[in-house]
Amino acid sequence: MGAFETFGDFIAMDGHGLYVWLAYGSFALCMAWLIVQPRLALKRYVKEQSMKMKREQS
Amino acid sequence: MSAIMLMLRREMLLAYRRKIDLINPLLFFMMVVTLFPLGVTPDLEKLSMLAPGIIWVAALLSTLLSLDMMFRNDYDDGSLEQILLSAKSVEGLVLAKIIAHWMVTGLPLTLMSPMLGMMLSLPQRAMIALMASLAVGTLALSMLGAVGAALTVGLRKGGLLLALLVMPLFIPVLIFGASSVAGAAQAIEFWAQIAYIGAIALGAASFVPWLTGVALRISVNN
Amino acid sequence: MWKWIQKWGSPKWFYQMSWNWSLTLGVISALLMTVGIIWGLGFAPQDYQQGNSFRIIYIHVPSAIVAEACYMMMASLGAISIIWKLKMASMVLKSIAPIGAIFSLIALITGAVWGKPTWGAWWVWDARITSMLILMFLYLGVIALYHVMENEQSADKSAAVLTIIGVVNIPIIKYSVNWWNTLHQPATFKLTEKPAMPAEMWIPLVLMIFGVYAFFLAQMFIRSRSEILIRERKASWVKEEISRMTGA
Repeated sequence: MGAFETFGDFIAMDGHGLYVWLAYGSFALCMAWLIVQPRLALKRYVKEQSMKMKREQS
Repeated sequence: MSAIMLMLRREMLLAYRRKIDLINPLLFFMMVVTLFPLGVTPDLEKLSMLAPGIIWVAALLSTLLSLDMMFRNDYDDGSLEQILLSAKSVEGLVLAKIIAHWMVTGLPLTLMSPMLGMMLSLPQRAMIALMASLAVGTLALSMLGAVGAALTVGLRKGGLLLALLVMPLFIPVLIFGASSVAGAAQAIEFWAQIAYIGAIALGAASFVPWLTGVALRISVNN
Repeated sequence: MWKWIQKWGSPKWFYQMSWNWSLTLGVISALLMTVGIIWGLGFAPQDYQQGNSFRIIYIHVPSAIVAEACYMMMASLGAISIIWKLKMASMVLKSIAPIGAIFSLIALITGAVWGKPTWGAWWVWDARITSMLILMFLYLGVIALYHVMENEQSADKSAAVLTIIGVVNIPIIKYSVNWWNTLHQPATFKLTEKPAMPAEMWIPLVLMIFGVYAFFLAQMFIRSRSEILIRERKASWVKEEISRMTGA
């Protein structure tokens, strides 16, 4: 594939694998946090708010 | 103009009455400088290398410490609200406040700095650069810090937040100030850096009074 | 013109329209980033000087660009909210502050990791890295301001003032840090400063830049939507929306 002969070469990155994968891994983690965090916050808020609305109705 | 002069005179009088506010930043300045030989090394040769940075960082920190007091007392006793309501030009009064703040903190710091320079064995030829850069630099710091002080004056625990908000803004002044002193210590031309700081102070003077006025109104209406 | 501004200033209109926008942008960014990352990691040729560690460029540079653009955007929104008092502008400003902070953090982490094989140290006081660190401090200041101020309105206005003074200072900070950096031993060669990249190298970079931009905008809409639901909770349409969300 492309710039590398085997999959092992791709992972090793000519000895720079640690750095490349560390960088991409932290990138992926941060992106995942950006996606997940607002969802969880919204879910929690909607739950709270709907409970409040129910209480007000009854 | 006369309103500004009146404000200046009022500030001076108040500062004279509250001497402890005037002395505290100076003591802080001295103590921070004392920490460095104790924490790093008493070796005069190494200290003289570090001296420009140490003195500048200490001056920056003690200006930061004193910023909280810029509007605090006026806010607490309600006179800030009156000033904002009655003044024709809030900007002019804010400018007067900033200049007054500089006169009671920056100026004494500048006058005290040669002594601390000597304690850290800063070369004699760097003293002019030290005093000139601190004189202009603390004015720039007071200007930039005024916005932060105005934003946080209404908060009970505003001091730490104020530090977080304005410290990044202080960085260019620190860089040029410390490097002018370091340059002078090595007998290199140093006025260019001081001119940069002067440009920062002048540039800040063009928009800081307005922004500070906006920020003060936010804090008062809170 | 005024009508257009009014439309954008209406939280309800924004809320109704933004779902499709965020969806479209999300799909675009997923496509661009998938292609860009596979291309950049697996197919772009090695750099003759830095070897494979140069592949970090495909996430470092887009993150740094978006981190900087985000602050400019915050300052523009701050100016809009001060001058025209649009509450929508403040909501978006508050929503994008954490995104910008995270992107500056990504730029710092990837820069540090890149620095290790390039300069032999995890942290180098390079001009760009130092400026990025200061930019992150500016973001953290805005976020801290929102956390400390209880009153929503004054927090909004204060954040607007803070971003404006921040944006005026950014060029000065960058210039002074650059100047400071050349004063002390300059780094032997800079990350990202490359003479004539071949097309197989820069096309994935361009894809990644657009991909990360689209991701940022999609996230901006998503977070602003939550902010609208929180702030407009007394409006009847928001109450309906919330009961619809829990019902479904």
